[in-house]
Amino acid sequence: MKRKLVIIGAGMASGRMLEQLIEGNKDAYDVTLFGAEPRGNYDRIMLSPVLSGEKTFEEIITHDSDWYAKNLVITRFNEPVKAIDPKAKIVKSDGGEVAYDKLVIATGSKPFIIPVPGHDLPGVLAYRDLDDVNAMLDVSKKPNAKAVVIGGGLLGLEAAAGLLAQGMDVTVIHLATHLMERQLDPAAGYLLQKDLEKRGIEIHCNAVTDAVLGKEKAEGIVLKDGREFKADIVVMAVGIRPDTALAADAGLAVGRGIHVDDRMITSDSDIISIGECVEHDGAVFGLVAPLYDQAKVAAKTLLDEDAKFIQSDISTKLKVTGVDLFSAGDFAEGDDREEIVLRQTAQGIYKRLILKDNKIIGAVMYGDTNDGSWFFNLMKTGEDISEMRDTLIFGPAYQGGGTADPLAAVAALPDDAEICGCNGVSKSTIVNAINDGADSVGAIQTCTKASASCGSCKNLVSQLLAHSLGDGFSAPVAEPVCGCTSMTHEDVRRMIKSQKLTAMQAVFQACEWTSSSGCHVCRPAINYYLLADWPDDYKDDPQSRFVNERNHANIQKDGTYSVVPRMWGGITTADELRAIADAAEKYDAKTVKVTGGQRIDLLGIKKENLPGIWRDLNAAGMVSGHAYAKGLRTVKTCVGTDHCRFGTQDSTGLGIKLEKRLWGSWTPHKVKLAVSGCPRNCAESTCKDIGVICVDSGYEIGVGGAAGMDLKEIEPLAKVETEDEAMEMIVAFTQLYRENAKYLDRAYKWIDKVGLDWVKEELSTAERRAELVASFDHSQSIYQVDPWEERTEKTEAARFQPIADLSLEVAQ
Amino acid sequence: MSEWIEIGALDDIPKLGARIVKSPAGCIAVFRDKDDSVYALENKCPHKGGPLSEGIVHDGKVTCPLHNTIIALDSGEAVVEDFPAVKTFEVKAEAGRLLIKANVLQEAS
Repeated sequence: MKRKLVIIGAGMASGRMLEQLIEGNKDAYDVTLFGAEPRGNYDRIMLSPVLSGEKTFEEIITHDSDWYAKNLVITRFNEPVKAIDPKAKIVKSDGGEVAYDKLVIATGSKPFIIPVPGHDLPGVLAYRDLDDVNAMLDVSKKPNAKAVVIGGGLLGLEAAAGLLAQGMDVTVIHLATHLMERQLDPAAGYLLQKDLEKRGIEIHCNAVTDAVLGKEKAEGIVLKDGREFKADIVVMAVGIRPDTALAADAGLAVGRGIHVDDRMITSDSDIISIGECVEHDGAVFGLVAPLYDQAKVAAKTLLDEDAKFIQSDISTKLKVTGVDLFSAGDFAEGDDREEIVLRQTAQGIYKRLILKDNKIIGAVMYGDTNDGSWFFNLMKTGEDISEMRDTLIFGPAYQGGGTADPLAAVAALPDDAEICGCNGVSKSTIVNAINDGADSVGAIQTCTKASASCGSCKNLVSQLLAHSLGDGFSAPVAEPVCGCTSMTHEDVRRMIKSQKLTAMQAVFQACEWTSSSGCHVCRPAINYYLLADWPDDYKDDPQSRFVNERNHANIQKDGTYSVVPRMWGGITTADELRAIADAAEKYDAKTVKVTGGQRIDLLGIKKENLPGIWRDLNAAGMVSGHAYAKGLRTVKTCVGTDHCRFGTQDSTGLGIKLEKRLWGSWTPHKVKLAVSGCPRNCAESTCKDIGVICVDSGYEIGVGGAAGMDLKEIEPLAKVETEDEAMEMIVAFTQLYRENAKYLDRAYKWIDKVGLDWVKEELSTAERRAELVASFDHSQSIYQVDPWEERTEKTEAARFQPIADLSLEVAQ
Repeated sequence: MSEWIEIGALDDIPKLGARIVKSPAGCIAVFRDKDDSVYALENKCPHKGGPLSEGIVHDGKVTCPLHNTIIALDSGEAVVEDFPAVKTFEVKAEAGRLLIKANVLQEAS
């Protein structure tokens, strides 16, 4: 016969324990689950996003009624348990008595309310459950509502940020000298305070609350020093106390929390306790990780399996959007401790590691927490860091030099660490592939897809290879174009020029391709090289183009397309806008969006409608914006001397001239430009492939910026005095990039390889610049055509329709 | 009704390209390889439903335009991943005309 299990408390710990129990043996117990709240288990730590409006309550439910029904859990929510009789082995509630064989107490904790005068007024809230959140949300709807949050710890600050997001005026009152004093040192606490103040939260540390003001309801608070703060609600988030009342009444051993042993068993061998209500080896718990560990152990104990709860270090992150903060371990100062500190004040970055006997025992990070898990891992494993001490604070990326093992970081990653974020490939999947014989980055791409999308993890994959194969692996100096050849992009480009190869098949032949018609990786690259190097002799091959460039629109995940007409320099007219609006309606654009490049994107257009919408936009004088192309995208501008009181040059005019000169040209990767009329840089020139900043004395031209997968600032290429000179320099640079860069290298990647000095050298003489400009203009005489217009003619437009429609034919 | 239905001319499809046929069984992508062999597959990648007809065709395979899943044109099977095979249909080119097996009309989508 099944034994009877009663659980008191439907919180996060009990939810996790139930899962583990049912997974272990779903037939072991008949389960009755009591909960004081009128709802089942939900993710309490996600209440903050619910308060700030970033999530709904439904999104944070961990177990819904279907789950309980499916697993035959009898739920008695909204029914607080009144008493436990351990002798008779029954629990009592308003609904009667329920007998148990095993009992789990998971009553959690109660928020601590400071017993100042007025603490029991309506409007004084804790921050503990959904009812509290709903009460706060109700008050926040009132215009100009004010909130005082007492407590500047993790919970209080999350509440404050959430209330601020709901539009309230928020003041935080904190007793200690700095915020989050249990997790942060004073320096990080200070940075956090500055950050939050910048967002509009008023913060007072060293502040002792004397009383809550108000007669019928809370109207404010007064501090010991006499300062008063008005408030529509007062949120007390000063701490929690284990809820031990039931256990104590039942005669169980109770200290700060309910005493449990390593198996989570209380002083009564048939009663188990987990969660925030327990005390284990002198400690009580408030963060989720150890609670989950307890839940796992409790489930095993219930199934009569061996398990032991071991307290371990835990790390903390504050869930306030936009604040990066990490803390773990012990960071108090002491004679036997050393510390390594890194401050980058301008960027608001602070990192501090606390060392003892050459091991990390604590870490606090603010502003940049990317390396948090790496440090945390070193801390948990107790690794001796003396070898990498000098570069330790810079994180795993800097552990390549000196005597440190460059592969230590990748070796230290856990098996389930995600290496390839695009395709969700973990370290163990890659290592298994290597063990099964994959011995190159390419082979790993083929069998796992790791690094096959954005490629930013290639280096990691390469390191994994090196680590797994040891001396058997030597990183290839250069990657071949693809699996069809052993030649690199650079080799192929050199062959195309030196052997005058003007056709795709000629390239395949001369470079000994192993496939007859290439593949989706090499064909677009070769097609680009050929049309860039031989504009007269080579004819663009649509079948070697990615879908977007073949269809001259950007494919979306549902197979529809986005259409972006060009707006020269970001300037448009009422007529153009009217035509765009008409087209959006006529062709049923699902979304109309303003892009970052100062134009308008019509999304959700069906393929068969593309020629039609292009015809309409053409008729209104607009051409393709090439928003899909490895080619010139946009030239972003500010209004310059036309309107702006700070403008030094006609930035809009120069932008339009540049766009009219450069549009339609194919390039190794996309090319984005911007022209700002003054160093205030409103057109964001400093993160473009080519960025111009106008100054009184002329034009500063920078190159190699990007704001995509990598964030790069432009580097100065030249400063010129006139607009014509600026045009010449930019066109010459573009052509140099077109002729020399590897396909799919943005300008900055290419410059990294050849060096900015080489680029400057090439562009230093008037003859060379003129030569490049002439080549560019010649290419433009062939390729600067509106692809939309070409494809609105009947025969071309027909290619966008199905070849046949059999859907109406009737089967005989 | 004859066993095969004409859907157009071989030259309506560029070499290493594809066009679609709408049918009661849904959209079918008809591919033409370099050697003029033709293939018909459901126009739906088993990974995330991408339109295979828009992929790059190479040596009896097509690469899905959305996330580069490679599908063998003859079997409909993914070359790398363990996805379920894409449904294939019978199609042939005769004297420059393209014909699809009539049973496509009986297939429910």
